[in-house]
Amino acid sequence: MPYIEFEGKKIEVDEDGYVANLDDWSEGLAVYMAQKDGITLTDAHWEVINFLRNYYEKYQIAPMIKILVKEIGKVMGPEKGNTKYLYELFPDGPAKQACRYAGLPKPTGCV
Amino acid sequence: MATKGKPPKPEELSKIDYTPPKRGWMDTPVVFKPGMYCHGTRAKYLEAVGMPNARDWSPAEEDWKLPPEWKEIVLKGIKERLQKYRTFHVFMDICVRCGACADKCHFFLGGGDPKNMPVLRAELLRSVYRKYFTTAGKFFGKAAGARELTEDVLKELWYYYFQCTECRRCSLFCPYGIDQAEITIIGRELLNLLGLNLDWIMGPVANSYRTGNHLGLEPHTIKANIEFMIDDIETITGIRVETTFNRKGAEILFVAPSGDLFGVPGNYVAMGELMLFHEIGLDYTWSTLACEGGNFGFFTSMEMAKKLYYKIYSEAKRLGVKWILGGECGHQWRLMNQYLDTWWGPADFLEEPVSPITGTKFENAKGSKVVHITEFTADLIRHGKLKLDPSRNDHLRVTFHDSCNTSRAMGIFEEPRYIIKNVCNHFYEMPESTIREKTFCCGSGSGLNAGENIELRMRGGFPRANAVKYVKEKFGVNMLANICAIDRAALPTLMDYWNPGVGVCGVHELVGNALVMKGEIERTLDLRGEPLPGKGGTD
Repeated sequence: MPYIEFEGKKIEVDEDGYVANLDDWSEGLAVYMAQKDGITLTDAHWEVINFLRNYYEKYQIAPMIKILVKEIGKVMGPEKGNTKYLYELFPDGPAKQACRYAGLPKPTGCV
Repeated sequence: MATKGKPPKPEELSKIDYTPPKRGWMDTPVVFKPGMYCHGTRAKYLEAVGMPNARDWSPAEEDWKLPPEWKEIVLKGIKERLQKYRTFHVFMDICVRCGACADKCHFFLGGGDPKNMPVLRAELLRSVYRKYFTTAGKFFGKAAGARELTEDVLKELWYYYFQCTECRRCSLFCPYGIDQAEITIIGRELLNLLGLNLDWIMGPVANSYRTGNHLGLEPHTIKANIEFMIDDIETITGIRVETTFNRKGAEILFVAPSGDLFGVPGNYVAMGELMLFHEIGLDYTWSTLACEGGNFGFFTSMEMAKKLYYKIYSEAKRLGVKWILGGECGHQWRLMNQYLDTWWGPADFLEEPVSPITGTKFENAKGSKVVHITEFTADLIRHGKLKLDPSRNDHLRVTFHDSCNTSRAMGIFEEPRYIIKNVCNHFYEMPESTIREKTFCCGSGSGLNAGENIELRMRGGFPRANAVKYVKEKFGVNMLANICAIDRAALPTLMDYWNPGVGVCGVHELVGNALVMKGEIERTLDLRGEPLPGKGGTD
């Protein structure tokens, strides 16, 4: 399996860079992964990442994009409750990039 | 959705080189091009369902970590399947290599690689069959079109059998009726004997085995997702629709693809269905176990497909329903229409499906007891049971993409069109040679809708996209309707790539927009929550 070297540890990831074991994740790792993509994580990014992690803990899967959009609108203000805003934060798509930084596995199937 | 891989720009990709290599096909070694193949499956997925040779491996590496006796395993596998499936044996023997199929494959049309001509794709396996199972092949070898099974041959089989979407368009044009999908299915079964599946297929298989659906949605997640959609429906219509889960004694079990319970635009299909069922007062239930119409086991082996599908009849039996209504899923219908009866049928513990609203008997579903939702809805419209306002879809100029499986494996042509014409005022057909039974594949079916093979998908989807481009330019089409969850996952990417500005939707999203519900508020939003032009929203 491929891995990321972080703080002297080898973190196992899949071939698309998603962390293999949820427990290997840390806030520092998210910052590091984003840095490698040229992104500095702001409070807005963290709002999304923390929501994803909390949701995953309860449901064992990433939320539907509709749920994420609504939640962000609730917390950050209605003008930000849309897919466009999420794409501004995560240009590769919230379902992919944000999940990767949050240490969640990527959804598979007819998605 | 995987993250890696950006395809070349459309201008470059559309310059397709059809020049064949200088040397014969047996002397042209396979080259693994990034963007044209998927990741190999992880060990944990194979282990989850007890499949052989579970180990992490990568197709890009030289060593595929095959078991030492791999060759014997494959040859024994071929032998068993020749005995078991008469079709396979016949298809190995009767091809006269006339080439009628050659330019019918979307992968050949969009890529130009001769080994994607169905005739040659089959020949990759047929040559091995000749070598070990025919007298001429044993004695005359290459002169008789036979070749040894080597590791390179195995890798070539893998590369090209996962560049076929089992769409069966080629078989339509074969004068002998050779079905390349059947050959690909057997080829993939053989590869699975060695643990050589895709990560994108085995992930959903393992999930489905554990939870009943590809995504791995657990019962409380399914319920929460559907309730979330019900909230949205209330915002749009002012009506709180009701639904039930795992309810014993319901008349009908509804089985939809799990993609519709997770992603967009699939969500809008599920919303349309929830609204429709509420409006007609249908006595139905969801099952949180039989919560997946799709079956990636079908892209693995026949045994795995059976294993993953048993939940549907067993849940129907447990809940005591009369019959099963199936959602807008593609390969679900190849299985339900063509396999269920042979595997377990006829399902005598269920009743012959009759619409409780119109009294129509669905005699075509007499054996399987599973009715396609477009048959059901078209029948409602035909009997005047729905109040529809098609002007709510006036902002859409719609064309319809026939899914490979519902069209070629089932003959569903008219029902979706009949529905669309009743719920939309602007409907336009793509050219005749690209629709109905001659439909072009989305380029991502049979478990190839991953991210890392994006160039393959954009090439394979090129003929379909080209036909959409035609109606876009001629009629201003801006919406591509379909009745398959893989379509809804794959076509948005394809449209963004080849035809930016064309959206993708399921048929029941359009139904939900047009459906006039008793007691609803004035609609100002469509199911996507976007303002409806000319309906109190902005123009």
